[in-house]
Amino acid sequence: MPFVAATSAIGRAGLFTLSVLRASAPTADFFRELVREIYKIGARTLPIVTVGGAFVGLSVTLLGYRALDTYGAANQVSAMLGLGMYRELGPVLTALLFIGRAGSSIAAELGLMRATDQITALSLMAIDPIGKAVAPRFWAALISMPLLTGFFCSLAISAGYFEAVHVIGIDQGFFWQVLKDSVDFHEDFLMAFVKSGVFGATAALVAAYVGFHAEPTIEGTSVATTKAVVNASLLVLMFNFVMSALLFK
Amino acid sequence: MPEPSPIVRIEHLRLDRGGRTVLRDINLSVPRGSIVAVLGPSGCGKSTLLAALTGELPAAAGTVEVLGQPVPRSQRALLEMRKGLGVLLQGNGLLTDLTVAENVALPLRTHTKLPSALIRRLVLMKLHAVGLRAAADAYPRELSGGMARRVALARALALDPPLMIYDEPLTGLDPIASGVVMSLVRRLNDTLGLTSIVVTHHVHETLPIADHAVVIANGGIVFSGAPDALQASTDPLIRQFLNGEPDGPIPFESRAFNSQPEPA
Repeated sequence: MPFVAATSAIGRAGLFTLSVLRASAPTADFFRELVREIYKIGARTLPIVTVGGAFVGLSVTLLGYRALDTYGAANQVSAMLGLGMYRELGPVLTALLFIGRAGSSIAAELGLMRATDQITALSLMAIDPIGKAVAPRFWAALISMPLLTGFFCSLAISAGYFEAVHVIGIDQGFFWQVLKDSVDFHEDFLMAFVKSGVFGATAALVAAYVGFHAEPTIEGTSVATTKAVVNASLLVLMFNFVMSALLFK
Repeated sequence: MPEPSPIVRIEHLRLDRGGRTVLRDINLSVPRGSIVAVLGPSGCGKSTLLAALTGELPAAAGTVEVLGQPVPRSQRALLEMRKGLGVLLQGNGLLTDLTVAENVALPLRTHTKLPSALIRRLVLMKLHAVGLRAAADAYPRELSGGMARRVALARALALDPPLMIYDEPLTGLDPIASGVVMSLVRRLNDTLGLTSIVVTHHVHETLPIADHAVVIANGGIVFSGAPDALQASTDPLIRQFLNGEPDGPIPFESRAFNSQPEPA
C-alpha cells in the first residue's frame, strides 16, 4: 500500500509542521536559542557557500562565454550569469550546500538527542521538545538561507566579473550594463530570496522531522542523517521546478 | 484525623506494549513522604510502570492517579501534571550543549518568571544540595557518570516537585558513587519533604533507604511490604531474585517478542 503509506507520511509531516509553528513562541529563551542556531547553521555554512559560489560563477562564465561567442554575443555573458544565478543556480545550489552542511547536522543532533534521552527529559520536565529543540532550528534556517543565497550569488557574480573582464577581456562597462538590463529587481532578485526562504524551511523541516523521529540508536541517527540529505535535496529540486514554472515568465 | 490521600494510587492497572501485555492487575499505593523501591529483574516491566506514572504510556485497563489526579491523556494537561514531577532518567538526559548551571536553570527559566539573578542563586543552591556547586560552569561531557547523575538530580529538583521518580539511578555507577546517590535520595526526601519512587534492580543498595518495597516479576507484583519482610521472605521467587540465582521461578530466557497477549 505505497499510496496509503505516502499519504499518511505527508499527513504526519504536515502535523509536525503545524506543531513547529504552534511551538514558536517569541520568548527570551527562544530568541537566545535562535541566535545560537543562526550562528551554528547559518554562519558556519558561510565559508562553503562563498567558496562554492565563486567556483560556480567561474564555471558558468566560462560555459556562457564559449556558447555565446559562437554567435558573436560573448559580451552578453553577464546576462546569462545573472539570470542563471538569481533564478535557478543561486537558490538551488545554496540549498543543496546548506542541506549537506546544516541539514545533516540538524538531523544528527536531534537523532542523538533522542538516543541519549534528551528529548524524553525535556518532555518530562514539562518542556515541549518541539518548541525547545526544533522551532529555533527551523526559524534559523528560514532566516539564514536567503542571506546565504545572497552571499552565494554575490561571490558567483564577482568571480564571473573577474574572469570575464580580467581573463577573457570583455569590457567591464558592457558586463555591468548587460547585467543591470537583464536582471529585474522584483522578478529575479527578490524571487531568489523567496525561493531560498522556501528551500530553507523545507530543508529544516525535513531534517528536523526525520531526526526527531529517529530510532533511538546510533544506527537510527545515521539513517536519519542520510534520509534528511536525500529527501530534502529531492524536495528542493522538485519545488524549484514548480516555483520556476509558476514565478518566471 | 483522616489519613492523607496517597500521592500515587494505581488500581487494577494493565499495561500493553507492542501488542503484548507487559504488566497486569497492578495495585499500588504510595503514601506521601515515603520512599518506595520498585524492584525486579531486567525486562520485568519496571520502566513500563514508570512510563505509566509519567503519562508516556496510557493504561490499557485500570486507573493511575498521580498527585491526586488521574494521569491525563491530552498533551497540554500532561505537561501541566509533569511540573509536579521530578524524574531522574537512567541516561540522565542532560542537554549536552548547555552547561551544568544552564541545565539546572532550564525548568526554572521555562516555568517561572523569576529574574536571572535569583535563578542563578537557586541553581547554585540546587547544585550545592548535590555537592556540585563548583561544577556549575562545566559541560556534561566533562563530568564523570556519578557527577552527571547528580546534576540530573539537581535539575529534577529544580521546581521543588512533591514527587520524585528515579529510573535505575545506580546503573553504570561505581559503589562509592552509588552510595553517594542513594544517601542523597534519602536526605533530599527527608529534608525537602518529598515522596520518592525508586525503580531499580539494585536491591542491596536500595533497600536500606526504602520505607516500602515492591517486587515485580512475571508480569505482576509478587511482593509488596516492608524491606525487612522482603529480606526475610522464603518465597522461592523472591529468594532467587535477592540471591541472584540463575535457576528458579523467574525464567532466564525471555518470552518471544511476537507472542500473543496473555489473558489478564
